[in-house]
Amino acid sequence: MTQYIIRRLLYSLPLLMGVNILTFVLFFVVNSPDDMARMQLGQKHVTGQSIANWKQQHGYDVPLLWNADAQGEKKITDTIFYQKSVGLFLFRFGVSDSGRNIGADIKERAWPSLAVALPTLLVGLLVNICFALMMVLFRNSYLEHAGIVLCVILMSISSLFYIIGGQFFIGKVLRLVPISGYDDGMAAIKFLILPVLIGVFSGIGSGVRWYRTLFLEEVEKDYVRTARAKGLTETQTLFQHVLPNAMIPILTGVVVVLPLLFMGSLIMESFFSIPGLGSYTIDAINSQDFAIVRAMVFLGSVLYVIGLLLTDISYTLVDPRVRLS
Amino acid sequence: MTLLLMSSLLSRQLLYALLYLPLPCSRMKMKTCKARVLVLMLSVIFWSASFSCAAWESEELNNPYPEDENNQAVLYESFSERPKHLDPAVSYSNSEYTFIAQIYEPPFQYHYLKRPYQVVPLTAVRMPEVSYLTLKGEKLGNGVNDSDIAFTEYIIEIQPGIRYQPHPALAKNIQGDYKYHQLDKAQIEAATSLNDFKATGSRELTAEDYVYQIKRLAHPKIQSPIAEIMKNYIVGFDDYSKQVKDKAKTAIRDLPIEGATALNRYQYRIRIKGKYPQFIYWLAMPFFSPMPWEADVFYSQKGLADKNITLDWFPIGTGPYLMAENNPNRRMILLKNPLFHVESYPTEGEPEDAQKGLLVDAGKQLPFIDKVVFMLEKETIPYWTKFLQGYYDASGIASDSFDQAIQFTGSGDVALTPTMLEKGIQLQTSVATSSFYMGFNMLDAIVGGTTEQARKLRQAIAIAVDYEEYISIFTNGRGVAAQGILPPGIYGFDDKTGINPYVYEWLNGKAAAPVGKAQRKKIDAARQLMTEAGYAGGIDPKTKEALILYFDTTTTSIDDRPRMNWYRKQFEKLGIKLVIRGTDYNRFQEKMRTGNAQIFVWGWNADYPDPENFFFLLYGANSKVQHGGENAANYHNPEFDRLFEQMRNMNNSEQRYRIIQQMQEIVRHDAPWVFGYHPKNFSLFHGWYKNIKPNLMANNLLKYTRINTADRAEKRRQWNKPVFWPLVLGSAVFVLMLIPAINTYRRRVRKSIQ
Repeated sequence: MTQYIIRRLLYSLPLLMGVNILTFVLFFVVNSPDDMARMQLGQKHVTGQSIANWKQQHGYDVPLLWNADAQGEKKITDTIFYQKSVGLFLFRFGVSDSGRNIGADIKERAWPSLAVALPTLLVGLLVNICFALMMVLFRNSYLEHAGIVLCVILMSISSLFYIIGGQFFIGKVLRLVPISGYDDGMAAIKFLILPVLIGVFSGIGSGVRWYRTLFLEEVEKDYVRTARAKGLTETQTLFQHVLPNAMIPILTGVVVVLPLLFMGSLIMESFFSIPGLGSYTIDAINSQDFAIVRAMVFLGSVLYVIGLLLTDISYTLVDPRVRLS
Repeated sequence: MTLLLMSSLLSRQLLYALLYLPLPCSRMKMKTCKARVLVLMLSVIFWSASFSCAAWESEELNNPYPEDENNQAVLYESFSERPKHLDPAVSYSNSEYTFIAQIYEPPFQYHYLKRPYQVVPLTAVRMPEVSYLTLKGEKLGNGVNDSDIAFTEYIIEIQPGIRYQPHPALAKNIQGDYKYHQLDKAQIEAATSLNDFKATGSRELTAEDYVYQIKRLAHPKIQSPIAEIMKNYIVGFDDYSKQVKDKAKTAIRDLPIEGATALNRYQYRIRIKGKYPQFIYWLAMPFFSPMPWEADVFYSQKGLADKNITLDWFPIGTGPYLMAENNPNRRMILLKNPLFHVESYPTEGEPEDAQKGLLVDAGKQLPFIDKVVFMLEKETIPYWTKFLQGYYDASGIASDSFDQAIQFTGSGDVALTPTMLEKGIQLQTSVATSSFYMGFNMLDAIVGGTTEQARKLRQAIAIAVDYEEYISIFTNGRGVAAQGILPPGIYGFDDKTGINPYVYEWLNGKAAAPVGKAQRKKIDAARQLMTEAGYAGGIDPKTKEALILYFDTTTTSIDDRPRMNWYRKQFEKLGIKLVIRGTDYNRFQEKMRTGNAQIFVWGWNADYPDPENFFFLLYGANSKVQHGGENAANYHNPEFDRLFEQMRNMNNSEQRYRIIQQMQEIVRHDAPWVFGYHPKNFSLFHGWYKNIKPNLMANNLLKYTRINTADRAEKRRQWNKPVFWPLVLGSAVFVLMLIPAINTYRRRVRKSIQ
């Protein structure tokens, strides 16, 4: 297993390098260092001298990928790519073009994102599995048909509608929780109720249908018939036999997103004023802050690789037949 | 109350259940027994929920702020865009001035109440002594020709006894050494924010601090956005920049700059090139605030920047407020500066100010608010809802809530809707000192140039593009169609007779001026101009087809499509085919720089209330293509330039006014711009918000604000009583729905067993 993990991590290095180069090329195809300087310096009284000065201060006054004028290894090291991107592999994110330390910002903003995303995921998982099991329990009845119709309706509605509707009904009409905001520690709970509730509710439609499909596939298998023949009740069969066997596809979907929970959700955080990482990348793209863009894309890639690795490992935990080699 | 009524509906079941509960289940049928238990459980849950809800009904469950702040003088504001910089040498946007203008104090400020805008001393004892010098440095007397003036000298004396806010950079140990100027690695490692440096200190503000800040403006590593402008004015500024280019930020303390010198502890002198009366306005901007050298020494220590502990994020000033929390992704908190000097609310203003209650606090010590909380709100819906709930004290009006807040009266005036009036909300409107315009690239072969043909084409377009309609459709009527380059509130603006005669005419003839109403000329007049320009019916004689013009813009989203279609339609009135060339911001800027744009829209917000700050946008020496300046239309008219050079150095006078009108006439005639509109700001304030007067030049307005906290607490209580009954009803329905589900399940189990 250890060998497998090390091998997978080594595989990820060229992948991350590729992601890094691709981000770099895509960013600089659209934006030149001059454009970045203009964006940072504002719209008034920007002169050629001030642009040159900005580029020099921020290290954008060297060539992008190849420094033909330099000697020896400096042909590579005296470039924007080398100076800005190599540190990422050591998780040194550096300073954003507006002067803030990116690592410190990410550390500060990841926790509020997690505070919304984790309960949403866990409660959502619980609710979705429960409802899916209930639908399987009542399969071929009016309850199941009604449930499916309801699920289709729920998943057809835009998540923005849930957010605005939830804020309107619970925050504005019933006045039960603050409509938006955030606080530290336990005081955050009252701000998290509404986004978590809406997050869970908006995911019920698709979640329940997905899990129902998984469970239905399982309930038709031979071991379930055997369990029933033994005299187990339907509830016992579902919870003790069907659920554990349906865990592999559930884990595939869940474990892979676990690391990405830190990355937050743009719309949710924007509407609920959660100081998370959701809007960090978008804001950076809008303000042409390459330092943040590259850091966030790199971090996203790393977390995704970790997520996939964790999924593989989790297989061995829930299915003894799986061996990593 | 509603809850109690709801609960009583179930009380009969509860009673029923209680009566039968003592009976052992064996004496009843099993099914009946279970039903009783279920009813009892439901009732107990319902009653306890009802009582809890009743207890909570008096509380504000949706209050996003700590309970103990309810009766404190705390002002709640919001911000939608995180500030990029809070260093006064670098900050240059409204989103940044909102904060730093409350913290830093330049020597001068704008009078809060007086109009026209008037610069008055802030930390200075009096207005500066201004003297003009020859090239040899000899003083010139009054009535001297502008051409004889080689330098202007400003001598500024500041008040003694003004102290900086408590700050770790100024903390000293018992030996009298700065406590945090030589931090070791462990101290830096342990710190996560500025508040982790517990000891704070203060010292008196000196003239040297103002000089130090001017040196900072010149330092290339600080990257002040006005450094390039100041090179043209402050003596020795450019040389100083070159001299300190490779030196550390902290090195400038001991390196003198020629144009700024501290004469003694409380007096300093700034020497600028030639005559530039507008320099006084710069001295009222945060760029010229004092900076203690200790700040740079403290913040320059290695490792602090990695924790985002920088001068750019934790200011140190002498103003009425200090930055207590800086989390630009969530909230920014300003606290009253305990060491703030004596400054009182103005005792005089405009004649009607007393009647409006704006002089109630005259002479009282500022500021009135103890704490200001700025919350990040990116979306308008939650922001607006929180304002209506009383959790924000003031609000702008987004277009989607405009109809909810504002209605137009029969005479076309704006008024608040009854819902807003019922809440005691106040409306304040003001025309911004900004201009949005449609520019023509004067270097373009078709729309540009000084030929009669091109001029008439531009004039025809100016008539056809109906900005009154634009304001009505796209800004909810929040704007004033522009008659020239100057917005209202700027010296030289003539609101009575100053219409643009090439685009407008008096409704009832010239005799109706100055009380008559101007109206846009009929489209036939524009078509006539098109014919005179050689484009009869909009047909280009070269191609014998409709004239094609190109509109360059960065607005490419689907939301902007109606706006673009509107522009297209305006040009269609003249038979011109307008091609929209949407592009990203970078390419647009590039087109403007290289002169490849043909028609574009642009805007300008006044730096200071002087016509020079608008006319320079059309000054030939500022053309964007040739000189990289702010003249985006690349307009060049020698007569206009001559008048501009004459006007810019003059003090406001009858002669200056006349020149301004001459300049207006030239640009109206040449039409390098279609004068678009001046936006109108609409702001809403709750009834408890006091001392509201629009001041578009000053940014340090929070110190004048007062809040009636008792009124606010009472209103919030009334407006935010929680409503529980739909929740309880929903839960009850859900539980009741479970019963048939359980029955179905039982039937199914029984069936499978059978």
